[in-house]
Amino acid sequence: MKNLSMTRAAERPSVWSDRVARGLITASAMVAIVSLVLIFIFIGKEALPIFTSAEIQEEASIGKLFLPQSAGEGAAAEYTWQPVSELPKYSLLPLLVGTLKVTVIASLIAVPLAVLAALYTAEFAPVWVRETVKPAIELLAGIPSVVVGFFCLMVLADWLQGVFGWAFRLNAVTAGIGLSLAVIPIVYTVCEDAFSSVPQAYRDGSVAMGASSWQTASRVVLPAAMPGVLAACVLGFGRAIGETMIVLMASGNAAILSLLPTDSIRTFSATIAAELGEVVVGSAHYHVLFFIGAFLFVITFTINLFGHWWVGRLQKKLQGAS
Amino acid sequence: MADRTRIVGGAFQALCILACTLIVLMLAVILGNILIHGLGTVTPSFLTKAPESGMTGGGIFPAIFGTFALVVLMTIAVIPLGVATAIYMHEYAPKRSRLVHVVRLAIQNLAGVPAIVFGLFGLGFFIEFIGRGMDRVLYGGELVYGQPAIVWAALTLALLTMPTVVVATEEALRAIPQGYREVAYSLGATRWQMIRRVVLPQAVGGILTGGILAVSRGAGEVAPVMFTGAAYFLPELPTRLNSQFMELGYHVYVMTTQSPDVEATKPILYATVLVLLALTFLLNFSAIMIRAQVRKRMRHGR
Repeated sequence: MKNLSMTRAAERPSVWSDRVARGLITASAMVAIVSLVLIFIFIGKEALPIFTSAEIQEEASIGKLFLPQSAGEGAAAEYTWQPVSELPKYSLLPLLVGTLKVTVIASLIAVPLAVLAALYTAEFAPVWVRETVKPAIELLAGIPSVVVGFFCLMVLADWLQGVFGWAFRLNAVTAGIGLSLAVIPIVYTVCEDAFSSVPQAYRDGSVAMGASSWQTASRVVLPAAMPGVLAACVLGFGRAIGETMIVLMASGNAAILSLLPTDSIRTFSATIAAELGEVVVGSAHYHVLFFIGAFLFVITFTINLFGHWWVGRLQKKLQGAS
Repeated sequence: MADRTRIVGGAFQALCILACTLIVLMLAVILGNILIHGLGTVTPSFLTKAPESGMTGGGIFPAIFGTFALVVLMTIAVIPLGVATAIYMHEYAPKRSRLVHVVRLAIQNLAGVPAIVFGLFGLGFFIEFIGRGMDRVLYGGELVYGQPAIVWAALTLALLTMPTVVVATEEALRAIPQGYREVAYSLGATRWQMIRRVVLPQAVGGILTGGILAVSRGAGEVAPVMFTGAAYFLPELPTRLNSQFMELGYHVYVMTTQSPDVEATKPILYATVLVLLALTFLLNFSAIMIRAQVRKRMRHGR
């Protein structure tokens, strides 16, 4: 009986089970694309009233989000994020500055550490170092961000304030250090891929000319893999800008417009997390939060698209060269 | 000249070693601190009792149970989706097909979408659109599914963790020798028979790895579930799909930021963090072990 079904299948390759399976599997494969489209539609839909609804624009129009606003007659125009008050103010500038500040600090810490560690483990680390650093990076990537946030808030903030005596216990530096822990794994992984895709012939050629191993690493491998390193930085930046729990817990969440790294900050992501729970569905505040979400989505989407395209191009180029 | 070369080389190497040391040190400090402060409080009764006296006593059983229920529901959704996507890309789609390229880009981008954006999406799509829609059609407008619930949180997490499953499954599929497939076809199997009897059994290790990594990721995420179903304190365990639930990560977040008396909750807080950390590490560790086994077998099989 079994034999018979097998031969029949061979004669007619598309039996019904095969057709059903093909349909289901193809449909499942479309879920990723559909989800991205749905994310865009459903977050964009809730952000749209800022552009279209006169009633919402009364409180929060694009101009009000980005231009300085005066609180009343005679008061100086300023940038303030104060969504819950008698006269709600929705200036996004303090949030933008806060987000950029913490992202830059995190990148300044994470990028040198991750790139150097990746270069070292890929090029000349003894086996035991490699066998220590790689699992450490994997463990680091596995720590839930709420745990990192907890550590920054409960422990790191006290240590740093004890040493430096900052005015704010929770500030952009504290959050930036925590955030760098989330960025290191991704920068390290992409960099390591880039270094190991550099053809061995490059290294052999360099060594044959009498270069030492570190000269080979810094003057041959690093420049050859530079586009990959840049892509790693870009992808790391994308990770940092959207990370929520660490900054929500460790940044102080005060929307202060200042460039000082030791002031408290409030980021885009943390603002959504902190305020969406209490907001009235359909209010101007609600739509502004979705507008911020749409903004984050578009930024990270662009960064990821560009980063992966760039990595792919580099790999093709290096494979062609070997 | 030779001296200068050696000095610069030495300095460069020292910098690299310093970078490695700092990374390992940061990890060690975090893990050590949590272990030292948390270990004393993690007792059997802590793991099996409900919170008492305003989170300053008792245990965290409801949060453990809630996290468990959440990831089980998530797994039910994410494994079929992720495995099917990988199978489509690797077994069904024609080589160099544009569609596969787009699917792969979508997967990569999905992995980069911030967790909080998934939270917004869960609220806007699953709860407000699907949930409210179900309530209107099935329950005559009564509030049943149009509110934060464990099923919506699980589905949101499933989307977030799908790339993990796809990547791990694809790696496993790629490692199956092409000859296996050709033998199956030559015996007259259809494509689906070949996939079910040959490819899937061979790929079980990879699927398992992906599933465990997804669970580990999902168990620690807070931002996507904070608006889609997680609650700070509930007297009852979640028993239905539309129940709210307690979650370890969310518990840590609320205890850390909103506790009226931080010193009193500190031991419990540290212990909760330790449990969450131990859970995710245990999962990650087993995934790494299985992956190593699978890779070893693949090398020997060739």
